[in-house]
Amino acid sequence: MSEKTKSKLEKLFAKGEFVVTAELGPPKSIDMGVLDKKIEALKGVIDAANVTDNQTAIVRISSIGTGLYAKNAGIDPIIQMTCRDRNRLAIQADLLGAYLNGIQNVVCLTGDHQTFGNHPGAKSVYDIDSVQLIRIVKDMRDKGIFQCGDEIKNSKKAEILPPKFFIGGASNPFVEPFNWRVVRLEKKVNAGVDFIQTQCIYDMDRFSEFMKEVVDRGLHEKVKILAGVTPIKSVGMAKYMKNNVAGVIVPDKIINRVEKAEDAKAEGIKICVEQIQQFKETKGVAGVHIMAIEWEQVVKDIVEAAGLYPRPKGEK
Amino acid sequence: MIVANQKPVKEILEMLPENSKLLVVGCDTCVTVCLAGGEKEVKVLCSTLKMVEKKFKEVNGTSIERQCDKEFLNEVAPLVQEADIIISMACGAGVQMMSDYYSGKVVVPALNTLFMGSNEGAGYWIERCLGCGDCILNITGGICPRTRCSKGLLNGPCGGSQDGKCEVDPENLECGWNLIYNRLSELGKLDIMSEIRPPQDWSKSHDGGPRRVIREDVKVE
Repeated sequence: MSEKTKSKLEKLFAKGEFVVTAELGPPKSIDMGVLDKKIEALKGVIDAANVTDNQTAIVRISSIGTGLYAKNAGIDPIIQMTCRDRNRLAIQADLLGAYLNGIQNVVCLTGDHQTFGNHPGAKSVYDIDSVQLIRIVKDMRDKGIFQCGDEIKNSKKAEILPPKFFIGGASNPFVEPFNWRVVRLEKKVNAGVDFIQTQCIYDMDRFSEFMKEVVDRGLHEKVKILAGVTPIKSVGMAKYMKNNVAGVIVPDKIINRVEKAEDAKAEGIKICVEQIQQFKETKGVAGVHIMAIEWEQVVKDIVEAAGLYPRPKGEK
Repeated sequence: MIVANQKPVKEILEMLPENSKLLVVGCDTCVTVCLAGGEKEVKVLCSTLKMVEKKFKEVNGTSIERQCDKEFLNEVAPLVQEADIIISMACGAGVQMMSDYYSGKVVVPALNTLFMGSNEGAGYWIERCLGCGDCILNITGGICPRTRCSKGLLNGPCGGSQDGKCEVDPENLECGWNLIYNRLSELGKLDIMSEIRPPQDWSKSHDGGPRRVIREDVKVE
């Protein structure tokens, strides 16, 4: 398969590397101290980092702005682009702006509903949805056209200069209707997604079932799947995730393990590492997406313990 | 029907100058059915306005067939003449028609107009239609994703659907796409959900001044 983009991620997948990505949440103000620490913790430890886009509908520095900052600091950014805050004009314009500045990867998401955030009275956009966004970014890249059909060029005689993004999407194997999840993933594949990051996984049995279906449908040959993990810090966190986070299933055996452990944090990391070991053996899983929210310093420990350190150099 | 609910009395009172002559006008159509602005609600609001601390010179009440229809507006002309302020208990369309028809009078709304929807049981109404101008109910099993999904997704459900409920209100709100999935399942038409629905043409929706319908075939010279 010839390369579609200049993305380092794409190259690593093409080489068959077990890819490691993480999450880099932008701060709320331009005091970059916190972000600098996260960047320091992740630099050289992962292959690329997702820079979230007003995550949980709370205003933060934009994903593109933070992505450029991270890029300058030595982290390959994957910018997240949601459909909640922008219509198709703004999305396409921002993507061109990001590409102009050297950003190669984008994850297309619907976006958390605005009622979860700090501006619950905001009017959401949802002009398009994540599946449509994937198709738009693909058409921009492969056909050199905007959503309206116009070619991406400055004048009739000018050259078409498409933004060549490596296109990501999300998948949640744990929400109802379960039968539908793989079909929805297939829809994203058909729309043109190159890689998928899953919701954080604790229920390994259900994830195995999901992956079996993915492989049965041959989807693993068309899309690179990064299994999502979030290390558990405490019993409280595990219970909170189980009871309050839509779309996350935390089996009781996981909660029991953390509860019984002398050192809950260490146990959380251990569980996470065991999961990654299992993913490495799971057919169709091409990497891991580590979402250690506000706990970025453990990513290195996890990556090392999982035998994934050092990371391969992505030649440019 | 159009579903509305009454504004808090405090908010209504703030619109009304003391010592003014008030006329409360209900509407016998949608807002009567949804128990927000019919004859009965007019009576209750009039009684309230007579009892509150703020004093008004006169409080009258009446109701007409449809406030959104010119044909019925003239019948209240004598009462309107006597009043300083008209409190319309119609939907937003009715309030505006009343305001246009009696343009010399101050017309204030007593209701907040909410949506086009249906009655689901005693005291429970739900939105069913956004009036987006581009109906696709034929492919979604008769359930509108733009209205029933919190994000109006055309390729849902999203990751926030759990146990058939929407994460926006997991206690009370059904996931619109879960409903569609179940309905299409029942109809044996689930394959429809695998098709990628293209972006919607929002120019047919409310997106450029009031939408108009002009029917040449029924125009009268």
